Amino acid sequence: MSEQAASGNPLTRLLERVGRGTVVGVEAIGFTCALFAEALFWLFVGWRRNQPVRMPALFEQMMDIGIYALPIVGVLSATIGMMLAIQGIYQLRQFGAESQVVVGIAFSVVREFGPLITGILVAGRSGSALAARLGTMKINQEVDALWVMGIMPVRFLVVPPLLAMVVMLPLLTFYSDLLGLFAGGLYVSADLGMSLTAYFDQVRDAITSGDLLHGITKSALFAVEIAMIGVANGASVTGGAEGVGKVTTRSVVHAISAIVITDMVFAFMATR
Amino acid sequence: MSDTQPLAIEVHDLVTHYGERMILKGVSMDVRPGEIMVIMGGSGSGKSTLMRHLLALERPTSGNIHLLGQNVNACSAQELYELRKKMGVAFQSGALFSSMSVGENIMLPLYEHTNLDHKTMEIMVRLKLEVVNLAGFEGLMPSELSGGMIKRAAMARAIIMDPKLLFCDEPSAGLDPVVSSALDDLILRLRDAMGMSIVVVTHELESAFKIADRITVLDRGEILFVGTVDELKAAKSERIQNLLNRRAEDDDLDVDAYLERLTGEQVILNAGL
Repeated sequence: MSEQAASGNPLTRLLERVGRGTVVGVEAIGFTCALFAEALFWLFVGWRRNQPVRMPALFEQMMDIGIYALPIVGVLSATIGMMLAIQGIYQLRQFGAESQVVVGIAFSVVREFGPLITGILVAGRSGSALAARLGTMKINQEVDALWVMGIMPVRFLVVPPLLAMVVMLPLLTFYSDLLGLFAGGLYVSADLGMSLTAYFDQVRDAITSGDLLHGITKSALFAVEIAMIGVANGASVTGGAEGVGKVTTRSVVHAISAIVITDMVFAFMATR
Repeated sequence: MSDTQPLAIEVHDLVTHYGERMILKGVSMDVRPGEIMVIMGGSGSGKSTLMRHLLALERPTSGNIHLLGQNVNACSAQELYELRKKMGVAFQSGALFSSMSVGENIMLPLYEHTNLDHKTMEIMVRLKLEVVNLAGFEGLMPSELSGGMIKRAAMARAIIMDPKLLFCDEPSAGLDPVVSSALDDLILRLRDAMGMSIVVVTHELESAFKIADRITVLDRGEILFVGTVDELKAAKSERIQNLLNRRAEDDDLDVDAYLERLTGEQVILNAGL
C-alpha cells in the first residue's frame, strides 16, 4: 500500500495516531525517569562535586509545599472525615450497626482518603506551581543562565522541591489523618452520643501501625510522582505564556491520574 | 591587545543542523584576548545559534570550539564546570531570577562557586552595582526594574566573578538611544578596566560601530565578513552594503510580477492615482 493510500485509510490513520501517541508517552516517561535519576545523583553526589543541595532553597520549598498548605489540607481533611461519618452512620443505621462506623472512618481516612486527598491537593497546588515556575524560567532563558553560570539546573531547580515534597507530603498526610479522624469523631460524638475518648479508643483498636504506614508510604510515592511530573512538564515547555499554561494544566492532570492509578496498584499489592 | 597570547575563542568549521535544516555552514572565527568582537547579521542569519554554541549550550554537528584554549566539545562535565566560572553572560532578556532580589541574583555565582562570607559577597555585589550604575538597587526585585536596568543588572551578574570572557546578547535591543549608549560605554569600560574578551551579538549598527574592535557578519549561516569597522564600511559586497544601509535584498522587487504571482492575474498599478 502506498503511503498516500495508507494515510487516507481511517483505520490506518487511527493506528498511526495511537502509535505516535504511544511513542510520545514512552518518551515522556523516559525523560521523567532520566530527570529523577539525575536528581538522585545530585542529591547524593552533589556535595562531592562542590554542588551541594542548598538548605535555604530546601526550607523555602518545604514551607511552600508543606506549611502553607496546612490550612487547605486541614479544611478538606476535616470535611472528608465528617462526610464519612455522615454517610457511614446513615448506611449502618439501616442494620442497627451505627457504632461500627468508627472502624469505617478509621480505615478509610488512614488508608485511603488521607493520602489521596492530600496528594491531589498538593498536585493541584504545588505540582502546578512547579511546572509553571520551571516553564517560565525556561522561556525567560533563566535555565540557560544557570548552565552558563556553572550551576547544574537539576541540582538547583529539581532536587529541592523533590526532597521537600518527599519530606512534607507524608507529614501532611499524617496531619490530614489526624484532622479527618478528629472531625469524624466530632460528628459521631454529636450524632451517636459517643465521647471523643471512647471514639479514639475505638480508632486505636481498629487500626494498626501497618495501616498508618500503608497511607504514609503511598504518600511518599505520590510525592515523587507530583514533583517529577511537575518538573518534567515544566522542562518540556515550548512556546510562550500559552505553552506555560498548557504544561501547568497537563502537569495537574498527569499528576492526579498518576496518584489515582498508583493508589489502586498499591492497594492491590498491599492486600494480596 | 597582544597577538602573542593564545586566542580567547577559536571556532573551526562549525556546522550545525536543526533537523534537516543546516543553520551554521562551516563557520570559522576567532576572538583575541582583550578584544570586543561584535557578531552581526539579520534575523535567521544564525548569530543566536552561534552564540549558543559559544556558550556550550548546544553541541554542533561537526567542527570545534576552543574557549580560553580548551576544546569545548572534548571537555568533561567537570572541565566545562570550571571553564564556565571564567565566563559571564548577559542574556537579551536579562534572565534574572524573578524569585530573587537584584542583589541575590548578582550574588548567586559567588554563593555557588566561592567560600566567601556573606558580608564580603555583599560588598562585591555593591561594587559591581556601582560599575553598572545601579548602586542602591540591590534590594529591589527584577519586576521593579526598567528594561535598561534589568540589562545592567544582568551585566553586573555576568561580571561578578571577573570573567575572562564576557558574552552579551543584544545588549541594546529594545532600549532608548540614551540607555543604549550608556550600555555601550559600560562594555567599553569593562574591556578597558578588566581586560575582558567580549563577544557582543547585535544588529544595532550604531552600537556595533561604537564598541567593536572587529565585526563578524553572518548571513544565512555563513561568515560574510570579518574585520574592523573601517574595513566593513569600505567593503564592496552588495550583501554587506544592504546590511549597512538597512536595505532588504529584494527592495528592487518587481511589484507587478510579485502581485501577479500572488493573485495569479496580471495587476496594473497606477502610482499616480
